[in-house]
Amino acid sequence: MHNSILHVQDFSLGYRNRAGDLVSVLRHINLEIRQGESIGLVGESGCGKSTLALAMMAFLRGGSEVISGQIDFHGGNLFTLSSAKLASLRGGKVGLIPQNAGQSLTPTMKIEAQLTEALRLHSNVPSKQWRQRAIELLQQVRLPAPEAMLARYPHQLSGGQQQRVAIAMALAGNPELLVLDEPTTGLDVTTQAHILELLRSLRLEMGMTMVFVSHDLGAVARISDRIAVMYAGEIIELGRCADVLRTPAHPYTQSLLRAIPRLDAKGLPPSLAGYPPKVGSVTQGCAFAARCQHATGQCQQDAQLLPHKEQWVRCHHVGQLPASNTVVSHLVPPTKQNADTLLDIRELQISYHKPGFFEQLRNRPAPVATVDDIDLTLKQGQTLALVGESGSGKSTIMKAISGIQTPSQGQIQLQQADLNQPVEKRDRQLKRKVQMIFQNPDASLNPRHTVLEILQQPLRLYFGLNNTECRQRAAELLQLVRLAPHYLDRMPGQLSGGEKQRVAIARCFAGDPELVLCDEVTSALDVSVQAAVLKLLKELQQEKGVTYLFIAHDLAVVKALADEVAVLYQGRLCQVGSVEAVFGGYQHPYTCALLNAVLQPDPDHAPQLCGDDTAEQHPPAQGCAYQRRCTLAEPRCRQATPPWQQVGGNRIRCHLSLDELSSRNGMPMLIDAANF
Amino acid sequence: MIKLILQRLALAFLTLATVCVLVFGVTEALPGDVCTAFLGRDAQGTRLENCRQQRNLDQPALQRFATWSAGVFQGDLGTSLKRDKPINDLVANRMRNTAALGLGAALIGIPMAILLGVLAALRRDRTPDMVISGGSIFAMTIPEFVTATLLIYIFAIQLQWFPAITTVRHSAPLSELIPNIILPMVTLALVMMAHILRMVRSSMIDVMASDFVQMARLKGVPYWRIVFIHALPSAMLPAINIIALTIAWLLGGVVIIEQVFNYPGIGTLMIRAIYDRDLPLVQAIALILAAVYVLCNLLADLASLALNPRLRSAR
Repeated sequence: MHNSILHVQDFSLGYRNRAGDLVSVLRHINLEIRQGESIGLVGESGCGKSTLALAMMAFLRGGSEVISGQIDFHGGNLFTLSSAKLASLRGGKVGLIPQNAGQSLTPTMKIEAQLTEALRLHSNVPSKQWRQRAIELLQQVRLPAPEAMLARYPHQLSGGQQQRVAIAMALAGNPELLVLDEPTTGLDVTTQAHILELLRSLRLEMGMTMVFVSHDLGAVARISDRIAVMYAGEIIELGRCADVLRTPAHPYTQSLLRAIPRLDAKGLPPSLAGYPPKVGSVTQGCAFAARCQHATGQCQQDAQLLPHKEQWVRCHHVGQLPASNTVVSHLVPPTKQNADTLLDIRELQISYHKPGFFEQLRNRPAPVATVDDIDLTLKQGQTLALVGESGSGKSTIMKAISGIQTPSQGQIQLQQADLNQPVEKRDRQLKRKVQMIFQNPDASLNPRHTVLEILQQPLRLYFGLNNTECRQRAAELLQLVRLAPHYLDRMPGQLSGGEKQRVAIARCFAGDPELVLCDEVTSALDVSVQAAVLKLLKELQQEKGVTYLFIAHDLAVVKALADEVAVLYQGRLCQVGSVEAVFGGYQHPYTCALLNAVLQPDPDHAPQLCGDDTAEQHPPAQGCAYQRRCTLAEPRCRQATPPWQQVGGNRIRCHLSLDELSSRNGMPMLIDAANF
Repeated sequence: MIKLILQRLALAFLTLATVCVLVFGVTEALPGDVCTAFLGRDAQGTRLENCRQQRNLDQPALQRFATWSAGVFQGDLGTSLKRDKPINDLVANRMRNTAALGLGAALIGIPMAILLGVLAALRRDRTPDMVISGGSIFAMTIPEFVTATLLIYIFAIQLQWFPAITTVRHSAPLSELIPNIILPMVTLALVMMAHILRMVRSSMIDVMASDFVQMARLKGVPYWRIVFIHALPSAMLPAINIIALTIAWLLGGVVIIEQVFNYPGIGTLMIRAIYDRDLPLVQAIALILAAVYVLCNLLADLASLALNPRLRSAR
């Protein structure tokens, strides 16, 4: 047939649990990857996509075994290769680009050593030219100053640079097949867009075959020719990228696409009921039946992956379902307009630098403050989102409000109360009023306490309830977050990610707070679960009238949930305004760059890259904070702090006039790959 | 980097100065002095006063401390009260002997411990690991003088390979010490190895499960190279501090083991000096041991710096 490079045949994989039973992680996977093709493996956590991708390099995680089938690379079964052949294949013909480059580069070796190691093992470049070739590779992945880069250690690079080095390392072996395991997860929007564009252009230049694993349909849409959607260790839908994204046929794919918040939609996306099944828990029938609104008795039997129009779909009811429509009416909850100001931040400055004894003696000027000149007000019952890349000071501001970090200057006030004082000095009532929900419920819930014990602590502390009252109130709190009362006696380890985050939300609401600080509360959750948690937060706000200060890196989530948005760069405000104004009105160049970099699960949508993605270490001492990366920067931007310009509820801090901004932002300077 | 080293050096100096004061203070606080110890319980009257005058003990403590510390500063540790000899002469040979013992034990023990620890980690929960880990727990639990006695019983009494106790004088050349040094050295090495080995094993297990080791595997790096080039430097980081602590422990252990084997080292000398209430000698030896301790920790810090690029470029 056509020239297939990799052929997965009836491949099943599993591991033995403590009881000695075989738990299957992948079930009867069939997939053929053609030369030069790029295929996206998508699905939520635990669906087996990474396991499948690593199996394509004959790598099984500890304790796993092949149950049936095989994976052929150029016609030869990978699992029968000798370890020497396998070693020359890995990193050579088949390269891997790992998820977290920061942790995947050896911390004790310089970049040069790691690159030349790959060259020594997998290329016939003579040793004298290794250094030269390493520089070429770094140029190929568009790293600035490649020679200086060689002498650095991984921790001295930014996340995007580390990812580029990892790509260069894979390219060193002249791979035919590149396995990309969530290569952009954990990166900033702008960095992610840059890395994806780099991968796209490398693919065009070198004609490489790619297997792209991601939970992010937007990222997959940029890279893939075909998409395989996985659920509970099976491929449930397979087809051309555009077909799957435009006309998804499987009910799971349909609801997944609907659950993704989008920039071009209003309000919250509709959520998907339930949670993805635990690994190996489904052994018979359609794995999605439990969450599927179209499920019938027939779904108790195994479905086959059968052709349907242009796609392959594993569903008994394919074709009989109502026509899917990805453009759905998102829920738009009414927002209350309450005029009372709850939180007032004036001229806030936070500096982590504490001058040492000798520095005080020598009277050295203190370094520029991490966060400076923040003026924000937050009205009762509203949601303010702080957006910006990592290092923009979002979390630092949140730390100041919660009292973990004391501001060096300025005022934070919650109604009449002074929030400048550190949390130890705040009285109990004030502590109760400001509560926090953390990013990762695995880390924020004590794994050795039951849900009841977790919820009891704030109840005892703030309201002095006794045991029976606590249990009663804790059950009510669980009901509030849509969990059944029997969860009270469970441990966090027995809950799924979404359930854990609900418990964390319940704990936060146990104190009956007025201001809730939400730090990336949905970024550790799967898309299908995220929509439900966002809906819960919105409903709780309407029920209780609480105010949210929200940090999220996903701008679509911000758009769905927030009333007001504050855009931060390097600890300085660039723009503050209502969601409609910031996303749709006049924009600061940085806001524009952020929004243009957003990926959408739409085959026709291309992010636009404004400026480069260099991570900066320190904000500039004078002028506009964004001067170094701004494509519109002028000499005055380097000298004077820009003035605030106001249109309606929209404040922009820029030297350029609003008209200039709207006309020039409209045509962002595209970074052309060929120019490098 | 250089600033960091200078800071550590200054700190080390400060520690030693504190040790000087403490050692002097503690020995001063003890009831009795060299004269009461020398002359016996009924020391009193003019005999005692003469004795004290001879040895400057009638001067105020502060003044004696000043003279002594000024001497230490110039490299003169003072004069032994009991033996009437310069301490420098008394200590020199014995210091050499102890250094030979300690260094020998460290040179055998540390590399062996690292190798065995790595082996145990790589063969985790299999026979080599069981044997190595079991053995190390055994070596850790029994006190060093029991190990020493056991070794004497097997190798000196039963097999008669090595002498049971040392009969050579402290000033004998090193070559004459060689048959005598083996058993104390093995005893020291054994106990020291156990701690280091367990630390290397557990940190190596962690590192072998890390993302960058998995990445190295998927990059096709040969197994031995992954172990020694990619993983071991990171795995050594927590082990280095244990090594420094173990060497510090070794200084205490040396006193006991030298006593068991009657080895003419600094430990034996120290125990005699304490018996004799020979305060300047006790002070001098305590100071030397403290200096070695501080030096070991300094070396451990430098080794961590060498192994961990993150520490090096932090400032």
